[in-house]
Amino acid sequence: MSKLLILIPAYNEQGAIGGVVNEVRAAMPGVPVLVVDDCSTDDTLPTARAAGARVLPLPHHLGLGGAVQAGYRLAYELGFDYVIRVDGDGQHDPRDIPKIFEALEREGCEMVIGSRFVDGSGEHTGILRAAGIVFFRAVLRPILGRTVRDPTSGFVGVNRRALSVFSASFPLEYPEIEALVVLQRKRFRFVEVPCHMRPRRTGRTTITPLKSLYYMVHVLLGVFVNVLKFEGRRK
Amino acid sequence: MDRLLNVMTGFSVLLIGLVLVSVRRAHIRVEYSVSWLAAALVLLVLSRWRALLDRIGGAMGLDGAPVALLVVTGALFLLVLYRLSMMISSLKDSNIALAQRLAILEFRLESHEEAKTQRS
Repeated sequence: MSKLLILIPAYNEQGAIGGVVNEVRAAMPGVPVLVVDDCSTDDTLPTARAAGARVLPLPHHLGLGGAVQAGYRLAYELGFDYVIRVDGDGQHDPRDIPKIFEALEREGCEMVIGSRFVDGSGEHTGILRAAGIVFFRAVLRPILGRTVRDPTSGFVGVNRRALSVFSASFPLEYPEIEALVVLQRKRFRFVEVPCHMRPRRTGRTTITPLKSLYYMVHVLLGVFVNVLKFEGRRK
Repeated sequence: MDRLLNVMTGFSVLLIGLVLVSVRRAHIRVEYSVSWLAAALVLLVLSRWRALLDRIGGAMGLDGAPVALLVVTGALFLLVLYRLSMMISSLKDSNIALAQRLAILEFRLESHEEAKTQRS
């Protein structure tokens, strides 16, 4: 049977992480759950452990990409065939995990993206995020040669071939969009499956117009750098 | 005009002194001091060698030695900053890889000890 790992990167998510781990374990009984704690300053780590997850605690804050890559590296070393990433804030519905896993096994592609736009209308998507999604769809279309409906979704599953690539090279900040370009460089395939997004369980979004602008510039630069990138710097 | 050249001479000497003191106190590693020392030495030589500065200024189509010196100074420091950005990027990559490796090794060690405890 294929080995699957559920990966949850978390930073200061003590209010939501316990519920997310419980929901994931209920949706995927017997499947190991790994929380990568990005050096949280609250009780994320003990809360995740108490809920039954294994925890990979990072020694200092690396940001989302660094945390996800640490999980991918561990999964690759431990011989997992598939990893499905779920956000620690409760926005992804763990009941959609089986759909992503099934698509990974059925399609044989390197990445499956849980998309809020395949069947739905983009529920719980703020105006700024929606504008960013439309913009990056247009940017990615000529690079990927096809439309990706939800390029900012962090609800993704990857197989072992993608794990091997991402273990060696993974974008550090805002990794979702750049990861698609990394996959394209390797001629890997991805599919999107419909998923539901929910509002955050705790805390408030930190997205502001200024941060959105920084995000767009940063990701745009990252996309073009990845298109031109010389392979082999990060070991 | 000469006053600006004298100020640049003083600035270059001050920079060389600061970098050497920092290296001596181990505030800057020797390999990272090389760019600064090289840039300061070039400025020192140019600010004292008027004829060479005039030739550089003439080649660049600049009017006067002080303007040429300012342009060369700006270019030199941009190069030093570029080199430092490359070093910082490389250090950040190493730092991230190291942090991830440490976390993974700790995780595997804990798992190993747990399994050992369960067996005994």
